Amino acid sequence: MSTNQTTAPATGHHPAWAHQFENMQQQKEASSFGMWVFLLTEIMMFGGLFTAYMIYRIKFYDAFVAGSSSINVQWGFGNTLVLIGSSFTMAMAVWAAHKGKRMQQVVYLVLTMVLGTAFLGVKAVEYKAKYDECHIPGQVIGKGFNATGGPGCSGEGANIAEELEHPKTLAGKEVAGKPRAAAEQIARQSELFFVFYFAMTGLHATHMIIGLGVLAWILRRAWKSEFGPAYYTPVENFGLYWHFVDIVWIYLFPLLYLINRIPHH
Amino acid sequence: MSTATQTVMPEKHYLNEFFGIRSWLLTKDHKRIAILYLLTISFFFFLGGLFASLIRLELLTPAGDLFQSDTYNKLFTMHGVNMIFFFLIPSVPAVLGNFLVPIMVGARDLAFPKINLLSWYIFIAGAAFALTALLYGGVDTGWTFYTPLSSGYLRTPVIVMGVGILIAGFASIFTGLNFIVTVHRMRAPGMTWGRLPLFVWANYAASLIMVLGTPVLAITLILLVLERGFHIGIFDPKLGGDPVLFQHMFWFYSHPAVYIMILPGMGVISEIITCFSRKRVFGYTFIAFSSIAIAVFGFVVWAHHMFVAGISTYSAMVFSLLSYAVAIPSAVKVFNWIATMYKGSVSYDTPMLYAFGFIGLFTIGGLTGLFLAALGLDVHIHDTYFVIAHFHYVMVGGMVMAYLGGLHFWWPKITGRIYPEFWAKLAALITFIGFNLTFFPQFILGYLGMPRRYHSYPEEFQVLNVLSSAGASILAVGFILPLIYLLWSLRYGEIAGPNPWSAKGLEWTTSSPPPTHNFDVIPVVTEGPYNYGDDEEAAGVH
Amino acid sequence: MQPKLPLFPEQASTIAGQVDSLYIFLVLITAFFSLLIGALILFFAVKYKRKPGRPAEQIHGSTLLEIVWTSIPLGISMVIFVWAAAIFYHMQRPPANAMEIYGVGKQWMWKFEHQGGQREINSLHVPTGRPVKVTLISQDVIHDFFVPAFRVKQDVLPNRYTYTWFEATKPGTYHLFCSQYCGTKHSAMIGDVVVMTPEDYEAWLASGKAEGSLASSGEKLFQQLGCATCHRGDSGARGPNLPGLYGRSVRLTDDRTVVADDNYIRESILLPNAKIVSGFQPIMPTFQGVVKEDDLVQLIAYIKSLPPEDAGPLNNRTSPGMIRDSEVTNIQKQMRQENQDKAASKPSGKQP
Repeated sequence: MSTNQTTAPATGHHPAWAHQFENMQQQKEASSFGMWVFLLTEIMMFGGLFTAYMIYRIKFYDAFVAGSSSINVQWGFGNTLVLIGSSFTMAMAVWAAHKGKRMQQVVYLVLTMVLGTAFLGVKAVEYKAKYDECHIPGQVIGKGFNATGGPGCSGEGANIAEELEHPKTLAGKEVAGKPRAAAEQIARQSELFFVFYFAMTGLHATHMIIGLGVLAWILRRAWKSEFGPAYYTPVENFGLYWHFVDIVWIYLFPLLYLINRIPHH
Repeated sequence: MSTATQTVMPEKHYLNEFFGIRSWLLTKDHKRIAILYLLTISFFFFLGGLFASLIRLELLTPAGDLFQSDTYNKLFTMHGVNMIFFFLIPSVPAVLGNFLVPIMVGARDLAFPKINLLSWYIFIAGAAFALTALLYGGVDTGWTFYTPLSSGYLRTPVIVMGVGILIAGFASIFTGLNFIVTVHRMRAPGMTWGRLPLFVWANYAASLIMVLGTPVLAITLILLVLERGFHIGIFDPKLGGDPVLFQHMFWFYSHPAVYIMILPGMGVISEIITCFSRKRVFGYTFIAFSSIAIAVFGFVVWAHHMFVAGISTYSAMVFSLLSYAVAIPSAVKVFNWIATMYKGSVSYDTPMLYAFGFIGLFTIGGLTGLFLAALGLDVHIHDTYFVIAHFHYVMVGGMVMAYLGGLHFWWPKITGRIYPEFWAKLAALITFIGFNLTFFPQFILGYLGMPRRYHSYPEEFQVLNVLSSAGASILAVGFILPLIYLLWSLRYGEIAGPNPWSAKGLEWTTSSPPPTHNFDVIPVVTEGPYNYGDDEEAAGVH
Repeated sequence: MQPKLPLFPEQASTIAGQVDSLYIFLVLITAFFSLLIGALILFFAVKYKRKPGRPAEQIHGSTLLEIVWTSIPLGISMVIFVWAAAIFYHMQRPPANAMEIYGVGKQWMWKFEHQGGQREINSLHVPTGRPVKVTLISQDVIHDFFVPAFRVKQDVLPNRYTYTWFEATKPGTYHLFCSQYCGTKHSAMIGDVVVMTPEDYEAWLASGKAEGSLASSGEKLFQQLGCATCHRGDSGARGPNLPGLYGRSVRLTDDRTVVADDNYIRESILLPNAKIVSGFQPIMPTFQGVVKEDDLVQLIAYIKSLPPEDAGPLNNRTSPGMIRDSEVTNIQKQMRQENQDKAASKPSGKQP
């Protein structure tokens, strides 16, 4: 429908009205409520994963610290800014839809898509780096997991055992590290860190990919002027979803990249 | 009320308004979706029942002489997986709940009809994976999938099965989400929370669990699948993983899951007891809140499945204490149902017979749960046939009877036809007898020490096993009979009319079967549920 | 097969009677309430059977009744809980003087090792009148050690010791079942617990062909594997002093305090860098792949057997942290050399 939707029709006969509802107001409230309930289920799902991660982090402290140190905090931080930016543009898109401003809706939605795609692009770069360093857990992908710098495992951070044995300060000065046996044990255990790194960021990325798909569909509807003050529920509810995915990342980033980067002693 | 003149089927109703396979596969009508679920879960019920029959056949003799060990292990795993994930969890909510909740709250449909249909397709997708796993030989992990056995030591299609259950879980989540939003936002004018039928309360409480608990199962299965697929040790000690962590994550869902299974059944019983006692439910508020209490408490007792798994003494004590707390609301319901019959006007129609069976058998099942929650005693009976007897008493003696009772109670509404009363009563009786003969000996077997999942057993256990298998053959008859006469009634059953039971409730104000849009005019509710008093006293008689 | 139908397994341990008493109490409660509810259903169904001219009485409810029938079950539940918890608490605390036996479960058999080195497969001989503590571990998946006649059960985990204890009272042969599903031959993973009088038990112990006690086998391993190189009692020792270690509280480098139990010792051998004693460096090499579960059992038995009179401070250096950073490299070099020598002279075995 490409009729101008800036004013609410007098009766409930809006083209987007679903007839199990008595009126658009009920539809809007029920849809929002439904999205909140859905996000609650997502919290439970990520929550289970986060809990398992924290339990193992405490159990294998050194190994997880070594793992955290081997992922690039600059990329992670950059991605955090990108995602927060995309949440801002999404919020603006919701505002524009509410105001019935078609062009602005489209622009903000496109910006959100661009930023979301950029996020995924950076993640792809990070995943590739891990692939090259042989840090993908298991023995099925690539050369199999190897944290002691095996053949074919290129990259600065590939040899975690080496980093633990000969750690350098930020200034580049070498300081006392762990003995070799300890370093190798810790490096082997860091495979579990990477399991959670890929599981958590992978689950998050999957939600983003699905989100981008839905965003494309909403973009199409916005282009066709389907949203306005009378009806912008899909944009608003999708905004909720998008903000949720952003919040998950805001938990992920510190938990994976930031905490205890500096080894204990 | 049916009058002396001939009752006829309504001219247009949800079954005949639209024809063709597309009108069914692309329906948004909650009633048709309920029928789709009914067909699907009935298939899985009989498949799971087939596996059970083979198990009981093998257990007639002490030696494992009918099947190879691996085959037997697959039989009990597939029996459990089928029955729990593909029959019990969807049973009342997806069939009776889908059909009735919108009508009972006075709405035209659920809040999200397309998501409702999607949930059925997701269920079918999960079922497809499960059937694929079956075709590849079936899985032999036990329905509990404990690691590291399931993740590193078996060559059966565990990943396919795990993915199937994972997908089917989302069907459950979407059903629950739909119910919650519907009950909150789609109630008819005047339908306050305090006027909702207890069936709605029960499904609402179960939906809370579905929505909060199932995602944890999802992530647990995802991790298990990853572990198996990529040969990593999240739960396998080879990499420092903790197999007990798997148990914690698994039971965090799977314990509340049993309440997903039983709460809707309890809702059915509330509806049946009140109708066939012609009396409002005793203690409505207490029954309603006990459903919520069970849902809440159900989330904090999961480690009572793990008392000897290697958890600390103190944590075991906490979970034991909480497990007693969760038993109390169920007891409260039982007492309230019986009090509903007191000074009522009781008839013995088939649904009521199933309700009687439910109350008695659920009581026994629930009380034997107290045995299992008792720490010092659980050490002895954990992982024995005592546990099997306990959960079959609550799940089959309880839940399946509630489901059958509900199916019979609302059959006239759903199909417009009445089933043959004699055969229905006979089937109920046969089921009751067969059930007790099958599972009561298992309590004794368990205390004597016969462990679960045993293909062969010491000779001294044979007599009780033979009794149990004999009972199973009778129970099978009790389950097959309804399949036959319910199907028969679709064509030859007496036409029901809108309210053959003279029951209260919005669903009985519609035609049988109801029209697609449920109500021509959305009703305005002015009185509480189960208002049997008024016209009874006025008319003096049913 | 016994002619009469048994309802209880034999009572062959000190705890069996207590468990049975609790069980009977629960059976009586269940019977009482089930019969009560069944009787009420029947009674009400008959007494209030639908009759023309007698409508139902519309009773709303009774808060008093709700309180009564909530508190009574709650009260009974609490009694059951406390009673059962007390039995459980007792079951979780093996007496200090318990005789120790080690059990290893693997698909699909049981191996037991007595302190004197006697080994059994799928059978376990124990005397009456003495508490026996069985320390259990699995070599593969989770199993479960279940003796119905003793009323004891304990999951047997991989990579972690669990334990159970009992005191047998009645000579005889009783079932041992694996009761945690463990794969194909789960139902064949059964054995016999043979309870003997103390005299018969001593005779049985003497008759077996033992290669020496667990502790002495452990001592041989301790020397063979080079543990004594670092775990000496002198001030330059690179590893903590072991006599008297078992059962005492140990302070770690990260300021945690742990108790040195079986699991701690096992972990220290397989994953030495998980917990480092305060004052020591993480230089111990891992023996994962070098020692089997049986070896670990023997080593632990040896360490437990070291006389506590020789116990000194774990750290014999005059002040902790006296190993300087520069020393660490030297020590590492030395250990690498020692390992190379050892590797050259003896091929390392793989864990089965």
